[in-house]
Amino acid sequence: MALAFDEFGRPFIILKEQEQKTRLRGLDAQKANIASGKAVARILRTSLGPKGMDKMLQSPDGDVTITNDGATILEQMDVDNQIAKLMVELSRSQDYEIGDGTTGVVVMAGALLEQAEKLLEHGIHPIRIAEGYELASRIAFEHLEHIAHKFEFSATNIEPLIQTCMTTLSSKIVNRCKRSLAEIAVKAVLAVADLERKDVNLDLIKVEGKVGGKLEDTELIYGIVVDKDMSHPQMPKQIEDAKIAILTCPFEPPKPKTKHKVDIDTVEKFQTLRQQEQKYFDDMVQKCKDVGATLVICQWGFDDEANHLLMHRNLPAVRWVGGVELELIAIATGGRIVPRFQELTPEKLGKAGLVREKAFGTTKDRMIYIEHCANSRAVTIFIRGGNKMMIEETKRSLHDALCVARNLIRNNSIVYGGGSAEISCSVAVEAAADKYPGVEQYAIRAFADALDAIPMALAENSGLQPIETLSAVKSQQIKENNSCCGIDCNDTGTNDMREQNVFETLIGKQQQILLATQVVKMILKIDDVISPSDY
Amino acid sequence: MAVEKLLKDEATEEKGERARMASFVGAMAIADLVKTTLGPKGMDKILQSTGRGHSVTVTNDGATILKSLHIDNPAAKVLVDISKVQDDEVGDGTTSVVVLAGELLREAEKLVNAKIHPMTIISGYRMAAECAKNALLEKVVDNKLDAEKFKADLMKIAMTTLSSKILSQDKEHFAKLAVDAVMRLKGSTNLEAIQIIKKPGGSLKDSFLDEGFILDKKIGVGQPKRIENAKILVANTAMDTDKVKIYGARVRVDSMAKVAEIEVAEKEKMREKVQKIINHGINCFVNRQLIYNFPEELFADAGVLAIEHADFDGIERLALVTGGEIASTFDNPESVKLGHCKLIEEIMIGEDKLIHFSGVEMGQACTIVLRGASPHMLDEAERSLHDALCVLSQTVNDSRVLLGGGWPEMVMAKAVDELARKTPGKRSHAIEAFSRALVAIPTTIADNAGLDSAELIAQLRAEHHKEGSTAGIDVISGSVGDMSELGISEAFKVKQAVLLSATEAAEMILRVDEIITCAPRRREDRM
Repeated sequence: MALAFDEFGRPFIILKEQEQKTRLRGLDAQKANIASGKAVARILRTSLGPKGMDKMLQSPDGDVTITNDGATILEQMDVDNQIAKLMVELSRSQDYEIGDGTTGVVVMAGALLEQAEKLLEHGIHPIRIAEGYELASRIAFEHLEHIAHKFEFSATNIEPLIQTCMTTLSSKIVNRCKRSLAEIAVKAVLAVADLERKDVNLDLIKVEGKVGGKLEDTELIYGIVVDKDMSHPQMPKQIEDAKIAILTCPFEPPKPKTKHKVDIDTVEKFQTLRQQEQKYFDDMVQKCKDVGATLVICQWGFDDEANHLLMHRNLPAVRWVGGVELELIAIATGGRIVPRFQELTPEKLGKAGLVREKAFGTTKDRMIYIEHCANSRAVTIFIRGGNKMMIEETKRSLHDALCVARNLIRNNSIVYGGGSAEISCSVAVEAAADKYPGVEQYAIRAFADALDAIPMALAENSGLQPIETLSAVKSQQIKENNSCCGIDCNDTGTNDMREQNVFETLIGKQQQILLATQVVKMILKIDDVISPSDY
Repeated sequence: MAVEKLLKDEATEEKGERARMASFVGAMAIADLVKTTLGPKGMDKILQSTGRGHSVTVTNDGATILKSLHIDNPAAKVLVDISKVQDDEVGDGTTSVVVLAGELLREAEKLVNAKIHPMTIISGYRMAAECAKNALLEKVVDNKLDAEKFKADLMKIAMTTLSSKILSQDKEHFAKLAVDAVMRLKGSTNLEAIQIIKKPGGSLKDSFLDEGFILDKKIGVGQPKRIENAKILVANTAMDTDKVKIYGARVRVDSMAKVAEIEVAEKEKMREKVQKIINHGINCFVNRQLIYNFPEELFADAGVLAIEHADFDGIERLALVTGGEIASTFDNPESVKLGHCKLIEEIMIGEDKLIHFSGVEMGQACTIVLRGASPHMLDEAERSLHDALCVLSQTVNDSRVLLGGGWPEMVMAKAVDELARKTPGKRSHAIEAFSRALVAIPTTIADNAGLDSAELIAQLRAEHHKEGSTAGIDVISGSVGDMSELGISEAFKVKQAVLLSATEAAEMILRVDEIITCAPRRREDRM
């Protein structure tokens, strides 16, 4: 295939070592790509919706992850195929951008690919299909804005936010206590949100987990929890009205960066050096004490002697605190991170109403709680659960919920869930298709069919008759001109998602459609796959 | 055309029914493995490690068994994990939690085969677990206010926990040890204050609780072997060659004479340090790090007892017991808190000499000295005692108590059964299944004791039909007996943790419909 002939009719080789490469071209290449894209979507399809199932993943090192989160599944799947990797990227970018809907976006892309395959068989050129999809996605995008509702909430009325977070959480294993977790997520986001600028810095929300206890014990702490204990076992375990010195310099003799040597050649020098060394420690501790600190948090370790001196002067200290945590503590307590002892001043101390050490279970686990901080803008969600996998999964689920709450604060438009938005878009796209002359019309119709895939999967996972249910809901939407009809996954007896309180964010949905269309377009444009063949 | 391969070469993927099968089978295999260790007549397992020396462990403790297994099945790993958490959190019930989770999955498998959707089963299990918990809550007894009764409760719990372990022969003796030790803690759950020293030799009965503190160290040569009214300085400081810590310092000399001078200076420095320490007015010095011969000699000259190289835990505990602080600098003796005790002496246990601190200031800590025929025996005894101590310390905080011997399971099963009858829809099958899984625990206890479980459980069920029954399985006599008379009790916290963790784990495994195993990371071949 990769042979060309020069003007004398002799073949010459374009691709090096071509017998070692396999090559797919034209329709075959597209079909192979579509098939692998579909295969990825098929894996995720069963995880969609409140009755979706989990996947168990075993990593190369034998660790087990059980999850329902699309992005996590794909990331851990160890995918080899290039097209499949694109799908993984797709899910990841949805995760970065929105945080939720990572499964939906892949299922959507899979459905689009499936429709494209049929069109290809009809002989429609892939670029025309891509263009048609692009047009259709724009129609859907605008239609979503059209059916979106503004969602009023304020710092006092957080009920709507909680409802939305509950929708996100209901598809996870934690749905047993989705109400309390949703409340925690919303409160956490509101605590750190800047409502005027409509921005939320999720970095300020720390999610910590500790195995043991039950999920119901999960709590929101207005402050910081650090997985460390006091550097000396006999330091006080509880400090009220703490003034915190946050240090990034070790309690050790300084280590200048330039290489130097101190030569000791006489007894006198030996003795001066010793005294100096002792003075170092004394000075350091004294400086902390002088500025009025009652707690020292340090990024580095302490020398034994320094540790004792701290204890001796009744100055509790925590060592080896990570950089990120240190920053959070600084934000929460309103303190400044001090890199040198000389720069320690009383203004740079952070303040917290209560610092306490708490022990868990029968093992030696201790954690330090820093609460009632001067600035409550940093919060910690502390998760308890029966086992490690549960905690990890709860962390992921809460992350999704936090993202949703953040998105709502940024943009308070919502669409209704349960597949209702997709169905409504599908109807709109279908209707718009007829207006387009040319081949694109087919692609636009195919797009409408693909949109149906999400409610279909929802119905399937919930044990309903997919086609029957979908057509019933669709006709109901058109008949009642009500875009809130969706799939009744929980068997509550109503199709109206407004009554069921199932919401999703508008930007999340829009992003899903745009991202899925983009990736599909990219896949459709590939017409030649060259890969090293198996040996 | 064939679908391109998605995953890497050795990765495998199991879907739907097959995945579910794989996880059920794995989880049940694990449950069956530890099943025979359940109950007072449960059997032990021998574990041989693959590491060097092929060390052998004989144990009855579910968490220990599971921890040592190399498991490939992902679902089985979930069960191992819950058992570990149970151990960390409440200390006991590590076997029960795995057996219950295994039974729940076994029942779920039947339901799945009967074409009930896993999600329906999960929602049924959740309702049942909630109902079971409430049933237990109704029946708990709380004797916190009545000190006498509370102590009796603790005693009963300790005996019940120990009865399934190697210590069952002397359970009364050990129960008393454990209760005394925990009562000394006065409500704290810090088990570090209870030190367990294992010394082979003698018999299990010779084990004892010592009110003071025992340090497994020898007294330096030429130092007093017995000190009354000791003042103790607990330290963590280098007593070998005090290094210069300033970076980049080094000694450079040009003649032998100078070497000698520096050596003298060094010695002088040490002498000074020792003098400073002695100036604290102490007669006992305990250091975490080594003490070299030279300072040791100095201490001996001053009549101070110097103990070197105590481990870190030992130091912490000693500081806790004697009320001193761990010192690292010695410049201002007036403000360092010294530890006190009435008497330090060297005692002999078996053939080993140990240092015994008695009459200590803080009564919290104590030492349990375990004696036994072999190291394996002692290891197992320590584990059993640890279980008992954990349960007791948790009970001191949460003093709600239940009866034992399968009684709580029967109570829960009854409540769950009633719920099943009231619940419409498919979920009621799942709820019924839950109650069957609960009954499996007393069944296993009876089976392990070689009793006719079917007969016993039927009797028990009939007994429990009456309101307020206290019937359970009396393994010793092999019949249904009154648990409150027999004095078999269990802590509510343990039972609740077993119930909730097992349900959570079963739920987690049930929700899985696909297992993707990545290609194992290759070890690089160096051959």
